[in-house]
Amino acid sequence: MAELKVNIGKLLLKNPVTTASGTFGYGTEYSDFIPVERLGGIFVKGTTIEPREGNPYPRMAETSAGMLNAVGLQNKGADYFIQAIYPKIKDLDTNIIVNVNGSSIDSYVACAEKMAALELIPAIELNISCPNVKEGGMLFGVTARGTAEVVRAVRKIYPKVLIVKLSPNVTDITEIARAAEAEGADSVSLINTLLGMAIDVHKRKPVLSTLTGGLSGPCVKPVALRMVWQTYKAVKIPIIGLGGISNWQDAVEFLLAGATAIQIGTSNFIDPAVSLKVIDGIQSYCDEFGFKTVSELTGALEITI
Amino acid sequence: MKVVENKSLHTNYCLLKLKSDQALPPMLPGQFVQVRVENSPATLLRRPISIHYIDRDKNELWLLVRKVGNATRAMAKYQPGETLNLLLPLGNGFTIPSVTAHKQNFLLIGGGVGIAPLLFLGARLKAENLEPNFLLGARTKDELLQLDEFQKFGTVYTTTEDGSQGEKGFVIHHSILKNLRSDYIYACGPEPMMRAVARYAASALISCEVSLENTMACGIGACLCCVENTHEGNVCVCTEGPVFNIDKLKWLS
Repeated sequence: MAELKVNIGKLLLKNPVTTASGTFGYGTEYSDFIPVERLGGIFVKGTTIEPREGNPYPRMAETSAGMLNAVGLQNKGADYFIQAIYPKIKDLDTNIIVNVNGSSIDSYVACAEKMAALELIPAIELNISCPNVKEGGMLFGVTARGTAEVVRAVRKIYPKVLIVKLSPNVTDITEIARAAEAEGADSVSLINTLLGMAIDVHKRKPVLSTLTGGLSGPCVKPVALRMVWQTYKAVKIPIIGLGGISNWQDAVEFLLAGATAIQIGTSNFIDPAVSLKVIDGIQSYCDEFGFKTVSELTGALEITI
Repeated sequence: MKVVENKSLHTNYCLLKLKSDQALPPMLPGQFVQVRVENSPATLLRRPISIHYIDRDKNELWLLVRKVGNATRAMAKYQPGETLNLLLPLGNGFTIPSVTAHKQNFLLIGGGVGIAPLLFLGARLKAENLEPNFLLGARTKDELLQLDEFQKFGTVYTTTEDGSQGEKGFVIHHSILKNLRSDYIYACGPEPMMRAVARYAASALISCEVSLENTMACGIGACLCCVENTHEGNVCVCTEGPVFNIDKLKWLS
Protein backbone atom coordinates (compact mmCIF):
# COMPACT_ATOMS: atom_id res chain seq x y z
CA MET A 1 0.00 0.00 0.00
CA ALA A 2 1.37 3.37 -1.01
CA GLU A 3 2.03 5.91 1.73
CA LEU A 4 -0.55 8.68 1.57
CA LYS A 5 0.95 11.02 4.17
CA VAL A 6 2.00 14.45 2.93
CA ASN A 7 3.54 17.50 4.54
CA ILE A 8 2.44 21.09 4.15
CA GLY A 9 5.42 22.74 5.80
CA LYS A 10 5.48 21.36 9.34
CA LEU A 11 1.90 20.20 9.05
CA LEU A 12 1.49 16.47 8.53
CA LEU A 13 -1.67 15.29 6.75
CA LYS A 14 -2.60 11.60 6.91
CA ASN A 15 -3.59 11.89 3.27
CA PRO A 16 -3.73 14.72 0.73
CA VAL A 17 -7.52 15.06 0.75
CA THR A 18 -9.08 17.91 2.67
CA THR A 19 -12.39 19.79 2.47
CA ALA A 20 -12.62 23.40 1.35
CA SER A 21 -13.68 26.27 3.57
CA GLY A 22 -17.31 27.28 3.24
CA THR A 23 -18.40 23.92 1.89
CA PHE A 24 -18.01 21.72 4.93
CA GLY A 25 -19.22 23.94 7.81
CA TYR A 26 -17.22 23.03 10.91
CA GLY A 27 -17.07 19.35 10.02
CA THR A 28 -19.82 18.48 12.48
CA GLU A 29 -22.47 19.07 9.79
CA TYR A 30 -21.03 16.09 7.91
CA SER A 31 -20.18 13.77 10.79
CA ASP A 32 -23.67 12.21 10.59
CA PHE A 33 -22.84 11.08 7.06
CA ILE A 34 -19.14 10.19 7.07
CA PRO A 35 -16.27 9.52 9.49
CA VAL A 36 -14.61 12.92 9.03
CA GLU A 37 -11.52 11.64 10.87
CA ARG A 38 -10.47 9.92 7.67
CA LEU A 39 -9.78 13.28 6.02
CA GLY A 40 -6.32 14.78 5.79
CA GLY A 41 -7.80 17.99 7.10
CA ILE A 42 -10.88 20.17 7.34
CA PHE A 43 -10.70 23.84 6.35
CA VAL A 44 -13.53 25.23 8.44
CA LYS A 45 -15.87 28.09 7.62
CA GLY A 46 -14.35 31.54 7.05
CA THR A 47 -13.92 33.36 10.36
CA THR A 48 -13.58 37.09 11.05
CA ILE A 49 -12.69 38.90 14.25
CA GLU A 50 -16.21 40.40 14.51
CA PRO A 51 -19.47 38.58 13.76
CA ARG A 52 -20.81 39.03 10.21
CA GLU A 53 -24.38 38.58 9.00
CA GLY A 54 -23.22 37.96 5.45
CA ASN A 55 -25.09 39.11 2.36
CA PRO A 56 -28.88 39.16 1.91
CA TYR A 57 -30.73 36.24 0.32
CA PRO A 58 -30.63 35.14 -2.53
CA ARG A 59 -27.06 33.99 -2.22
CA MET A 60 -26.88 31.07 -4.61
CA ALA A 61 -27.52 30.32 -8.25
CA GLU A 62 -26.95 27.00 -9.95
CA THR A 63 -25.17 27.34 -13.30
CA SER A 64 -23.97 24.86 -15.93
CA ALA A 65 -21.76 22.39 -14.07
CA GLY A 66 -21.34 24.84 -11.25
CA MET A 67 -22.85 27.27 -8.83
CA LEU A 68 -22.47 30.91 -7.88
CA ASN A 69 -22.47 31.88 -4.23
CA ALA A 70 -22.52 35.20 -2.46
CA VAL A 71 -22.64 34.13 1.18
CA GLY A 72 -20.34 36.97 2.23
CA LEU A 73 -18.50 35.33 5.12
CA GLN A 74 -21.46 34.92 7.45
CA ASN A 75 -19.98 33.81 10.76
CA LYS A 76 -20.38 34.55 14.46
CA GLY A 77 -16.87 35.89 14.94
CA ALA A 78 -13.59 34.58 16.35
CA ASP A 79 -14.66 34.64 20.00
CA TYR A 80 -17.78 32.61 19.28
CA PHE A 81 -15.66 30.14 17.34
CA ILE A 82 -13.28 29.80 20.28
CA GLN A 83 -16.02 29.38 22.88
CA ALA A 84 -18.71 27.42 21.08
CA ILE A 85 -17.17 25.60 18.10
CA TYR A 86 -13.56 24.87 18.99
CA PRO A 87 -14.40 22.68 22.04
CA LYS A 88 -16.60 20.49 19.83
CA ILE A 89 -14.08 19.93 17.05
CA LYS A 90 -10.64 20.24 18.62
CA ASP A 91 -10.35 16.56 19.47
CA LEU A 92 -11.28 15.28 16.03
CA ASP A 93 -8.46 13.09 14.76
CA THR A 94 -7.77 15.26 11.73
CA ASN A 95 -6.24 18.69 11.11
CA ILE A 96 -8.66 21.52 11.75
CA ILE A 97 -7.53 24.55 9.80
CA VAL A 98 -9.30 27.88 10.25
CA ASN A 99 -9.93 30.09 7.24
CA VAL A 100 -9.05 33.59 8.52
CA ASN A 101 -10.60 36.69 6.96
CA GLY A 102 -10.43 40.39 7.55
CA SER A 103 -11.30 43.78 6.14
CA SER A 104 -8.01 45.45 7.11
CA ILE A 105 -4.53 44.28 8.00
CA ASP A 106 -5.30 44.84 11.66
CA SER A 107 -8.41 42.67 11.54
CA TYR A 108 -6.55 39.83 9.80
CA VAL A 109 -3.82 40.05 12.42
CA ALA A 110 -6.28 40.15 15.31
CA CYS A 111 -8.12 37.06 14.05
CA ALA A 112 -4.87 35.17 13.32
CA GLU A 113 -3.55 35.96 16.82
CA LYS A 114 -6.66 34.46 18.39
CA MET A 115 -6.27 31.31 16.30
CA ALA A 116 -2.56 31.08 17.16
CA ALA A 117 -3.53 30.71 20.80
CA LEU A 118 -5.62 27.60 20.11
CA GLU A 119 -3.41 24.59 20.78
CA LEU A 120 -5.24 22.20 18.48
CA ILE A 121 -5.47 24.48 15.45
CA PRO A 122 -2.14 23.70 13.74
CA ALA A 123 -2.58 26.00 10.76
CA ILE A 124 -4.61 28.84 9.30
CA GLU A 125 -5.61 29.59 5.76
CA LEU A 126 -5.40 33.32 5.14
CA ASN A 127 -8.25 34.18 2.83
CA ILE A 128 -7.18 37.18 0.76
CA SER A 129 -9.45 36.18 -2.07
CA CYS A 130 -13.11 36.24 -1.01
CA PRO A 131 -14.99 37.87 -3.90
CA ASN A 132 -18.15 38.47 -1.87
CA VAL A 133 -17.23 41.17 0.60
CA LYS A 134 -16.89 44.79 -0.41
CA GLU A 135 -14.15 45.83 1.96
CA GLY A 136 -10.82 44.01 2.26
CA GLY A 137 -11.00 40.39 1.22
CA MET A 138 -10.10 40.14 -2.42
CA LEU A 139 -8.71 43.69 -2.37
CA PHE A 140 -5.48 42.38 -0.82
CA GLY A 141 -5.30 39.28 -2.95
CA VAL A 142 -5.42 40.95 -6.36
CA THR A 143 -2.08 42.72 -6.11
CA ALA A 144 1.34 41.39 -5.19
CA ARG A 145 1.90 44.41 -2.96
CA GLY A 146 -1.38 43.94 -1.05
CA THR A 147 -0.63 40.24 -0.66
CA ALA A 148 2.86 40.97 0.63
CA GLU A 149 1.57 43.48 3.18
CA VAL A 150 -1.04 41.24 4.74
CA VAL A 151 1.10 38.09 4.68
CA ARG A 152 4.04 39.95 6.26
CA ALA A 153 1.85 41.32 9.05
CA VAL A 154 0.27 37.96 9.83
CA ARG A 155 3.56 36.07 9.55
CA LYS A 156 5.02 38.28 12.29
CA ILE A 157 2.48 37.12 14.84
CA TYR A 158 1.55 33.65 13.57
CA PRO A 159 4.20 31.01 14.27
CA LYS A 160 2.32 27.93 13.04
CA VAL A 161 1.63 26.81 9.49
CA LEU A 162 0.42 29.70 7.35
CA ILE A 163 -1.41 28.88 4.14
CA VAL A 164 -2.47 31.74 1.85
CA LYS A 165 -5.57 31.27 -0.30
CA LEU A 166 -5.25 32.90 -3.70
CA SER A 167 -7.77 34.49 -6.01
CA PRO A 168 -8.02 33.47 -9.66
CA ASN A 169 -9.42 36.92 -10.48
CA VAL A 170 -5.98 38.28 -11.35
CA THR A 171 -3.85 38.69 -14.46
CA ASP A 172 -0.96 36.54 -13.22
CA ILE A 173 -1.52 34.33 -10.20
CA THR A 174 2.16 33.36 -10.03
CA GLU A 175 3.11 36.94 -9.08
CA ILE A 176 0.74 36.76 -6.14
CA ALA A 177 2.00 33.32 -5.12
CA ARG A 178 5.61 34.55 -5.23
CA ALA A 179 4.71 37.53 -3.07
CA ALA A 180 3.16 35.23 -0.47
CA GLU A 181 6.17 32.92 -0.56
CA ALA A 182 8.62 35.82 -0.22
CA GLU A 183 6.85 36.99 2.94
CA GLY A 184 7.12 33.61 4.59
CA ALA A 185 3.91 31.76 3.73
CA ASP A 186 4.32 28.02 4.26
CA SER A 187 1.92 27.13 1.47
CA VAL A 188 -0.56 28.58 -1.00
CA SER A 189 -4.01 27.18 -1.71
CA LEU A 190 -5.67 27.90 -5.03
CA ILE A 191 -8.08 28.72 -6.44
CA ASN A 192 -10.83 30.61 -4.64
CA THR A 193 -14.00 31.19 -6.68
CA LEU A 194 -14.11 32.97 -10.02
CA LEU A 195 -16.21 36.12 -10.14
CA GLY A 196 -19.38 35.46 -12.10
CA MET A 197 -22.99 36.50 -12.63
CA ALA A 198 -26.42 35.06 -13.39
CA ILE A 199 -29.53 36.88 -14.63
CA ASP A 200 -33.18 35.93 -14.23
CA VAL A 201 -34.63 36.57 -17.69
CA HIS A 202 -38.23 36.61 -16.47
CA LYS A 203 -37.61 39.29 -13.86
CA ARG A 204 -34.79 40.89 -15.88
CA LYS A 205 -32.82 41.13 -12.64
CA PRO A 206 -29.60 39.57 -11.31
CA VAL A 207 -30.25 36.31 -9.45
CA LEU A 208 -27.90 37.17 -6.58
CA SER A 209 -28.62 39.98 -4.13
CA THR A 210 -25.01 41.10 -4.59
CA LEU A 211 -25.31 41.09 -8.42
CA THR A 212 -22.10 39.08 -8.78
CA GLY A 213 -20.80 36.06 -6.90
CA GLY A 214 -18.16 33.36 -6.78
CA LEU A 215 -18.30 30.54 -9.30
CA SER A 216 -17.32 27.03 -8.19
CA GLY A 217 -17.93 23.42 -9.17
CA PRO A 218 -16.75 21.19 -12.03
CA CYS A 219 -16.91 24.07 -14.55
CA VAL A 220 -13.93 25.85 -12.95
CA LYS A 221 -11.62 22.81 -12.82
CA PRO A 222 -9.62 23.42 -16.03
CA VAL A 223 -8.91 27.00 -14.98
CA ALA A 224 -7.86 25.92 -11.49
CA LEU A 225 -5.68 23.14 -12.82
CA ARG A 226 -3.88 25.51 -15.19
CA MET A 227 -3.23 27.95 -12.36
CA VAL A 228 -1.87 25.21 -10.08
CA TRP A 229 0.47 24.08 -12.84
CA GLN A 230 1.70 27.64 -13.48
CA THR A 231 2.17 28.28 -9.77
CA TYR A 232 4.05 25.00 -9.27
CA LYS A 233 6.67 26.25 -11.69
CA ALA A 234 6.87 29.61 -9.90
CA VAL A 235 7.22 28.75 -6.19
CA LYS A 236 8.97 26.20 -3.99
CA ILE A 237 6.43 26.04 -1.17
CA PRO A 238 3.78 23.30 -1.31
CA ILE A 239 0.55 23.99 -3.15
CA ILE A 240 -2.91 22.93 -2.04
CA GLY A 241 -5.02 22.64 -5.19
CA LEU A 242 -8.75 23.15 -5.39
CA GLY A 243 -11.42 24.09 -7.88
CA GLY A 244 -14.08 21.73 -9.14
CA ILE A 245 -12.63 18.45 -7.88
CA SER A 246 -15.42 15.88 -7.89
CA ASN A 247 -13.66 12.50 -8.14
CA TRP A 248 -10.27 10.87 -7.66
CA GLN A 249 -9.23 11.42 -11.27
CA ASP A 250 -9.67 15.17 -10.82
CA ALA A 251 -7.61 14.99 -7.63
CA VAL A 252 -4.80 13.09 -9.32
CA GLU A 253 -4.76 15.69 -12.10
CA PHE A 254 -4.13 18.41 -9.51
CA LEU A 255 -1.35 16.37 -7.89
CA LEU A 256 0.31 15.76 -11.26
CA ALA A 257 0.04 19.47 -12.05
CA GLY A 258 1.98 20.24 -8.88
CA ALA A 259 -0.33 20.16 -5.87
CA THR A 260 0.86 18.43 -2.69
CA ALA A 261 -2.66 18.24 -1.28
CA ILE A 262 -6.12 19.05 -2.54
CA GLN A 263 -9.39 20.46 -1.22
CA ILE A 264 -12.85 19.32 -2.18
CA GLY A 265 -15.53 21.99 -2.14
CA THR A 266 -18.80 22.15 -4.03
CA SER A 267 -18.88 18.39 -4.60
CA ASN A 268 -19.49 17.86 -0.87
CA PHE A 269 -22.98 19.27 -1.47
CA ILE A 270 -23.75 16.63 -4.06
CA ASP A 271 -22.16 13.65 -2.34
CA PRO A 272 -21.21 14.06 1.33
CA ALA A 273 -18.94 10.99 0.98
CA VAL A 274 -17.06 12.22 -2.10
CA SER A 275 -13.89 13.03 -0.15
CA LEU A 276 -13.61 9.47 1.16
CA LYS A 277 -14.09 8.08 -2.35
CA VAL A 278 -11.29 10.38 -3.54
CA ILE A 279 -8.95 9.08 -0.81
CA ASP A 280 -9.69 5.49 -1.82
CA GLY A 281 -9.26 6.31 -5.50
CA ILE A 282 -5.87 7.97 -4.98
CA GLN A 283 -4.73 4.96 -2.94
CA SER A 284 -5.73 2.52 -5.69
CA TYR A 285 -4.12 4.69 -8.36
CA CYS A 286 -0.79 4.82 -6.48
CA ASP A 287 -0.86 1.08 -5.84
CA GLU A 288 -1.78 0.23 -9.42
CA PHE A 289 0.96 2.36 -10.96
CA GLY A 290 3.63 1.50 -8.40
CA PHE A 291 4.00 4.83 -6.63
CA LYS A 292 5.37 4.15 -3.14
CA THR A 293 4.23 7.50 -1.79
CA VAL A 294 1.54 9.86 -2.98
CA SER A 295 4.03 12.73 -2.89
CA GLU A 296 5.78 11.18 -5.88
CA LEU A 297 2.76 12.30 -7.89
CA THR A 298 3.30 15.97 -7.11
CA GLY A 299 4.41 17.67 -10.31
CA ALA A 300 4.94 14.32 -12.02
CA LEU A 301 3.26 15.61 -15.15
CA GLU A 302 5.23 14.47 -18.18
CA ILE A 303 5.47 17.01 -20.96
CA THR A 304 6.95 15.99 -24.27
CA ILE A 305 6.79 18.31 -27.21
CA MET B 1 -34.23 4.09 -2.33
CA LYS B 2 -36.05 2.06 -4.92
CA VAL B 3 -38.94 3.51 -6.92
CA VAL B 4 -42.00 1.27 -6.51
CA GLU B 5 -44.51 3.49 -8.25
CA ASN B 6 -44.50 6.61 -10.40
CA LYS B 7 -48.02 7.88 -10.80
CA SER B 8 -48.82 10.82 -13.04
CA LEU B 9 -51.40 12.97 -11.23
CA HIS B 10 -51.54 15.76 -13.80
CA THR B 11 -49.42 16.99 -16.73
CA ASN B 12 -47.31 18.92 -14.24
CA TYR B 13 -47.29 16.60 -11.24
CA CYS B 14 -46.26 13.09 -10.33
CA LEU B 15 -46.32 11.00 -7.20
CA LEU B 16 -43.19 8.94 -6.56
CA LYS B 17 -43.44 6.10 -4.07
CA LEU B 18 -40.05 4.92 -2.83
CA LYS B 19 -39.14 1.93 -0.73
CA SER B 20 -36.06 1.20 1.31
CA ASP B 21 -34.47 -2.17 2.14
CA GLN B 22 -33.86 -0.93 5.65
CA ALA B 23 -36.52 0.40 8.01
CA LEU B 24 -37.01 4.10 7.39
CA PRO B 25 -35.62 6.29 10.18
CA PRO B 26 -37.97 8.39 12.33
CA MET B 27 -39.24 11.32 10.29
CA LEU B 28 -41.34 14.35 11.10
CA PRO B 29 -43.99 16.05 8.96
CA GLY B 30 -42.41 19.13 7.39
CA GLN B 31 -39.00 17.51 6.97
CA PHE B 32 -37.56 17.07 3.51
CA VAL B 33 -35.17 14.95 1.48
CA GLN B 34 -32.36 16.04 -0.86
CA VAL B 35 -32.66 14.16 -4.14
CA ARG B 36 -29.69 13.55 -6.38
CA VAL B 37 -31.06 13.70 -9.90
CA GLU B 38 -28.64 11.38 -11.66
CA ASN B 39 -30.61 11.21 -14.90
CA SER B 40 -30.29 14.95 -15.55
CA PRO B 41 -26.78 15.93 -16.72
CA ALA B 42 -27.71 19.62 -16.51
CA THR B 43 -28.43 19.28 -12.80
CA LEU B 44 -25.47 19.60 -10.45
CA LEU B 45 -27.00 20.16 -7.03
CA ARG B 46 -29.46 17.98 -5.18
CA ARG B 47 -33.08 19.11 -5.07
CA PRO B 48 -34.95 19.53 -1.80
CA ILE B 49 -38.37 17.84 -1.87
CA SER B 50 -40.91 17.71 0.97
CA ILE B 51 -41.87 14.39 2.44
CA HIS B 52 -45.45 13.92 1.23
CA TYR B 53 -46.30 10.85 3.25
CA ILE B 54 -44.70 7.94 5.08
CA ASP B 55 -46.41 4.57 4.85
CA ARG B 56 -44.83 2.72 7.77
CA ASP B 57 -46.63 -0.54 6.98
CA LYS B 58 -45.10 -0.69 3.53
CA ASN B 59 -41.87 1.13 4.53
CA GLU B 60 -42.62 3.65 1.78
CA LEU B 61 -41.76 7.31 1.40
CA TRP B 62 -43.87 9.40 -0.97
CA LEU B 63 -42.75 12.47 -2.85
CA LEU B 64 -45.13 14.80 -4.67
CA VAL B 65 -43.12 16.36 -7.49
CA ARG B 66 -44.14 19.39 -9.53
CA LYS B 67 -42.34 19.51 -12.84
CA VAL B 68 -40.87 23.01 -12.92
CA GLY B 69 -37.38 22.67 -14.35
CA ASN B 70 -34.86 20.20 -15.77
CA ALA B 71 -34.30 18.47 -12.46
CA THR B 72 -37.91 17.89 -11.47
CA ARG B 73 -38.86 16.87 -15.03
CA ALA B 74 -36.06 14.30 -14.95
CA MET B 75 -37.17 13.13 -11.51
CA ALA B 76 -40.63 12.50 -12.91
CA LYS B 77 -39.10 10.04 -15.41
CA TYR B 78 -37.88 7.56 -12.79
CA GLN B 79 -39.51 4.18 -13.31
CA PRO B 80 -40.32 1.38 -10.86
CA GLY B 81 -37.17 -0.61 -10.10
CA GLU B 82 -34.81 2.34 -10.52
CA THR B 83 -33.05 3.78 -7.50
CA LEU B 84 -32.97 7.34 -6.27
CA ASN B 85 -30.17 8.64 -4.04
CA LEU B 86 -31.62 10.64 -1.13
CA LEU B 87 -30.28 12.39 1.95
CA LEU B 88 -32.89 12.18 4.69
CA PRO B 89 -34.53 13.25 6.86
CA LEU B 90 -33.50 16.91 6.79
CA GLY B 91 -34.86 20.00 8.52
CA ASN B 92 -36.94 20.52 11.63
CA GLY B 93 -40.62 19.72 10.91
CA PHE B 94 -43.92 21.18 12.09
CA THR B 95 -44.67 21.42 15.81
CA ILE B 96 -47.04 18.67 16.88
CA PRO B 97 -49.18 20.04 19.73
CA SER B 98 -49.47 18.05 22.94
CA VAL B 99 -52.47 15.85 23.62
CA THR B 100 -53.97 18.64 25.73
CA ALA B 101 -54.77 20.30 22.42
CA HIS B 102 -57.91 18.18 22.07
CA LYS B 103 -61.01 19.96 20.86
CA GLN B 104 -58.84 22.63 19.32
CA ASN B 105 -59.03 23.35 15.64
CA PHE B 106 -56.14 22.73 13.29
CA LEU B 107 -56.17 24.25 9.85
CA LEU B 108 -53.63 23.05 7.31
CA ILE B 109 -53.43 25.45 4.35
CA GLY B 110 -51.68 24.42 1.17
CA GLY B 111 -51.28 25.98 -2.26
CA GLY B 112 -50.01 24.25 -5.39
CA VAL B 113 -47.27 21.72 -4.65
CA GLY B 114 -47.19 23.18 -1.12
CA ILE B 115 -49.89 20.71 -0.19
CA ALA B 116 -47.17 18.02 -0.15
CA PRO B 117 -46.07 18.04 3.52
CA LEU B 118 -49.64 18.59 4.76
CA LEU B 119 -50.72 15.02 4.02
CA PHE B 120 -47.99 13.63 6.28
CA LEU B 121 -48.81 16.31 8.88
CA GLY B 122 -52.53 15.56 8.71
CA ALA B 123 -51.85 11.84 9.17
CA ARG B 124 -49.69 12.57 12.22
CA LEU B 125 -52.30 14.86 13.79
CA LYS B 126 -54.99 12.25 13.19
CA ALA B 127 -52.76 9.62 14.79
CA GLU B 128 -52.60 11.89 17.86
CA ASN B 129 -56.43 11.85 17.91
CA LEU B 130 -56.57 15.43 16.74
CA GLU B 131 -58.85 16.50 13.92
CA PRO B 132 -57.21 18.51 11.20
CA ASN B 133 -59.06 20.53 8.58
CA PHE B 134 -57.43 21.03 5.23
CA LEU B 135 -57.77 24.09 3.03
CA LEU B 136 -56.17 23.35 -0.32
CA GLY B 137 -55.88 25.72 -3.25
CA ALA B 138 -54.95 25.27 -6.89
CA ARG B 139 -55.37 27.03 -10.20
CA THR B 140 -57.94 24.59 -11.53
CA LYS B 141 -59.86 21.50 -10.48
CA ASP B 142 -57.32 19.26 -12.27
CA GLU B 143 -54.53 20.56 -10.08
CA LEU B 144 -56.28 19.77 -6.80
CA LEU B 145 -54.35 16.61 -6.06
CA GLN B 146 -54.60 13.70 -3.65
CA LEU B 147 -57.97 14.85 -2.27
CA ASP B 148 -59.02 11.26 -1.47
CA GLU B 149 -55.83 10.83 0.56
CA PHE B 150 -56.40 14.05 2.50
CA GLN B 151 -60.01 13.06 3.21
CA LYS B 152 -58.77 10.03 5.17
CA PHE B 153 -57.43 12.34 7.85
CA GLY B 154 -59.85 15.27 8.03
CA THR B 155 -62.33 17.56 6.34
CA VAL B 156 -61.09 19.07 3.09
CA TYR B 157 -62.01 22.55 1.88
CA THR B 158 -60.84 23.74 -1.52
CA THR B 159 -60.42 26.81 -3.66
CA THR B 160 -59.58 27.14 -7.34
CA GLU B 161 -58.63 30.30 -9.15
CA ASP B 162 -61.11 29.58 -11.95
CA GLY B 163 -63.87 28.36 -9.66
CA SER B 164 -63.93 24.89 -11.25
CA GLN B 165 -64.03 23.27 -7.81
CA GLY B 166 -64.61 24.60 -4.31
CA GLU B 167 -64.76 28.31 -3.69
CA LYS B 168 -63.42 30.59 -6.40
CA GLY B 169 -60.28 32.55 -5.61
CA PHE B 170 -57.25 32.06 -3.37
CA VAL B 171 -57.15 30.07 -0.14
CA ILE B 172 -56.95 33.29 1.85
CA HIS B 173 -60.45 34.25 0.61
CA HIS B 174 -62.14 30.98 1.65
CA SER B 175 -65.17 31.40 3.90
CA ILE B 176 -63.84 28.88 6.42
CA LEU B 177 -61.38 31.52 7.58
CA LYS B 178 -64.37 33.60 8.70
CA ASN B 179 -66.67 30.80 9.80
CA LEU B 180 -64.40 28.46 11.70
CA ARG B 181 -62.15 29.59 14.50
CA SER B 182 -58.80 27.80 14.26
CA ASP B 183 -56.28 27.50 17.06
CA TYR B 184 -53.35 26.40 14.95
CA ILE B 185 -52.56 27.13 11.32
CA TYR B 186 -49.89 25.36 9.29
CA ALA B 187 -49.20 26.68 5.80
CA CYS B 188 -47.10 25.68 2.84
CA GLY B 189 -47.25 27.12 -0.65
CA PRO B 190 -46.11 30.08 -2.72
CA GLU B 191 -44.58 32.80 -0.57
CA PRO B 192 -47.27 35.43 -1.32
CA MET B 193 -49.89 32.91 -0.14
CA MET B 194 -47.96 32.15 3.04
CA ARG B 195 -47.46 35.85 3.74
CA ALA B 196 -51.21 36.43 3.37
CA VAL B 197 -51.93 33.52 5.70
CA ALA B 198 -49.37 34.86 8.18
CA ARG B 199 -51.05 38.28 8.19
CA TYR B 200 -54.44 36.66 8.72
CA ALA B 201 -53.16 34.45 11.54
CA ALA B 202 -51.36 37.31 13.25
CA SER B 203 -54.41 39.58 13.14
CA ALA B 204 -56.62 36.77 14.46
CA LEU B 205 -54.03 35.83 17.12
CA ILE B 206 -53.73 32.28 15.82
CA SER B 207 -50.48 30.34 16.24
CA CYS B 208 -49.07 29.84 12.75
CA GLU B 209 -46.20 27.93 11.20
CA VAL B 210 -45.08 28.18 7.58
CA SER B 211 -42.69 26.06 5.54
CA LEU B 212 -40.17 28.01 3.44
CA GLU B 213 -38.48 26.88 0.26
CA ASN B 214 -35.45 29.17 -0.08
CA THR B 215 -33.00 27.99 -2.74
CA MET B 216 -30.60 25.50 -1.20
CA ALA B 217 -27.28 23.94 -2.07
CA CYS B 218 -26.13 21.52 0.67
CA GLY B 219 -29.33 21.02 2.70
CA ILE B 220 -27.39 20.31 5.89
CA GLY B 221 -26.36 23.73 7.18
CA ALA B 222 -22.86 23.84 5.72
CA CYS B 223 -23.01 26.31 2.84
CA LEU B 224 -25.23 29.04 4.34
CA CYS B 225 -26.90 29.71 0.97
CA CYS B 226 -30.57 29.29 1.92
CA VAL B 227 -30.71 31.79 4.76
CA GLU B 228 -33.86 33.60 5.86
CA ASN B 229 -33.48 36.95 7.59
CA THR B 230 -35.27 36.38 10.93
CA HIS B 231 -35.42 38.26 14.21
CA GLU B 232 -32.40 36.14 15.17
CA GLY B 233 -30.41 37.16 12.09
CA ASN B 234 -29.73 35.09 8.98
CA VAL B 235 -30.52 31.44 9.71
CA CYS B 236 -30.35 28.38 7.47
CA VAL B 237 -33.76 27.30 6.22
CA CYS B 238 -32.41 23.77 5.75
CA THR B 239 -31.50 23.21 9.41
CA GLU B 240 -33.36 25.86 11.47
CA GLY B 241 -36.35 25.39 9.16
CA PRO B 242 -37.89 24.79 6.73
CA VAL B 243 -40.73 25.29 9.21
CA PHE B 244 -40.82 28.59 11.08
CA ASN B 245 -43.33 30.09 13.46
CA ILE B 246 -44.35 33.40 11.88
CA ASP B 247 -43.29 35.20 15.07
CA LYS B 248 -39.68 34.38 14.18
CA LEU B 249 -39.88 35.84 10.68
CA LYS B 250 -39.70 39.47 9.65
CA TRP B 251 -42.76 39.11 7.42
CA LEU B 252 -45.11 41.06 9.64
CA SER B 253 -42.92 44.05 10.44
